[in-house]
Amino acid sequence: MKRVLEAVVVGAALATALATGWAISQERGAPAGRVPKPAIVQARGDKCVEPVEFMRRSHMQVLLHQRDRTVHEGIRTKGHSLKGCVECHASAATGSVAAEEGDFCRSCHSYAAVRIDCFECHASRPQAVAGGVKP
Amino acid sequence: MSGRDAARRQFLAWGAGALATLTIAPGVLLLRPVHGRAPEQAVTGKARWGLLIDTNRCAAGCDACVTACNRENGLSGATRETDAQWIRKVELRDPRTGRKASLPVMCQHCEHPPCVDVCPTGASFRRADGIVLVDKHICIGCRYCMMACPYKARSLVHEPLADQQPDVPRGKGTVESCTLCVHRVDRGERPACVEACAAAGRGAIVFGDLNDPASAIARRIAQYPSVQVRADLGLNPGVRYEGI
Repeated sequence: MKRVLEAVVVGAALATALATGWAISQERGAPAGRVPKPAIVQARGDKCVEPVEFMRRSHMQVLLHQRDRTVHEGIRTKGHSLKGCVECHASAATGSVAAEEGDFCRSCHSYAAVRIDCFECHASRPQAVAGGVKP
Repeated sequence: MSGRDAARRQFLAWGAGALATLTIAPGVLLLRPVHGRAPEQAVTGKARWGLLIDTNRCAAGCDACVTACNRENGLSGATRETDAQWIRKVELRDPRTGRKASLPVMCQHCEHPPCVDVCPTGASFRRADGIVLVDKHICIGCRYCMMACPYKARSLVHEPLADQQPDVPRGKGTVESCTLCVHRVDRGERPACVEACAAAGRGAIVFGDLNDPASAIARRIAQYPSVQVRADLGLNPGVRYEGI
């Protein structure tokens, strides 16, 4: 009988602790904890070339499609070009989309742990800044 | 191609032509055709871009074309064996007569490019309008094309790069060469070397459409003698030289 009582007491204590923890986490917002959310740098212009939700999931397919059209067919329309992305999304602080941890492309890619290869070859700064830096 | 396909293509071509000439006000075009092509239209084999280089106008000490190329494409301008060079100035001397000539040599944009034949990944390709390019997304840096090219036109990027030009992506481990300033050609402009040569007061390089009999380059090669370097290889380069 004593054992059963102990079990009930311990169970009640555990339940209270869990409930308190849950309440605290609710207060701080759902994903609170050790994992930081990516900081999304505000872009220039009113809206993106496609809906934001679509771009978050599928920007890589859009870029892949456009790259082949540009390199092989010479179609350099602005809508889906990487150069166009960089022009709007370069951060005010660094003038780049991938120079520092907080820049537009880097912040999400670091969060998702996906390596970003584009800017080993492509300029991560818009034309004017890149031209200004050059001698 | 079936007759129906041909008719559809013709219809699309008319549609594109009509679209390209939409006017918002008299004299103001909604869409500017680039060398007769709307920006959203793919390149076709209708044009074939080429260069004509008059070596009589090219001076030995002048390297305006080389420096303009370096600036336009973000090359360092260094000439070590491991540095990328898209144009080289070559000095020729006939030992019998002592006659000297100076000429720029770049990718000759062959009709039958050996670099494309040997490429194992399909990265090296000839665009429909005759410009020979490397798709660096596909290039694995094997350098077969550098071996195959009889003009020594291609370079491998050996070291990591930073601050590339937005229009000219370049990166370590890929092969590159003269693109005939394809980003400028697609905008309807002339290559940087041609502009620089004209600005230097020499006008030794003519750029144009070899397929268009009315273009300056086609009229000149029809009227005056010009040669292709190593014409014996049968590659039909798009770059021709006068006076060598």
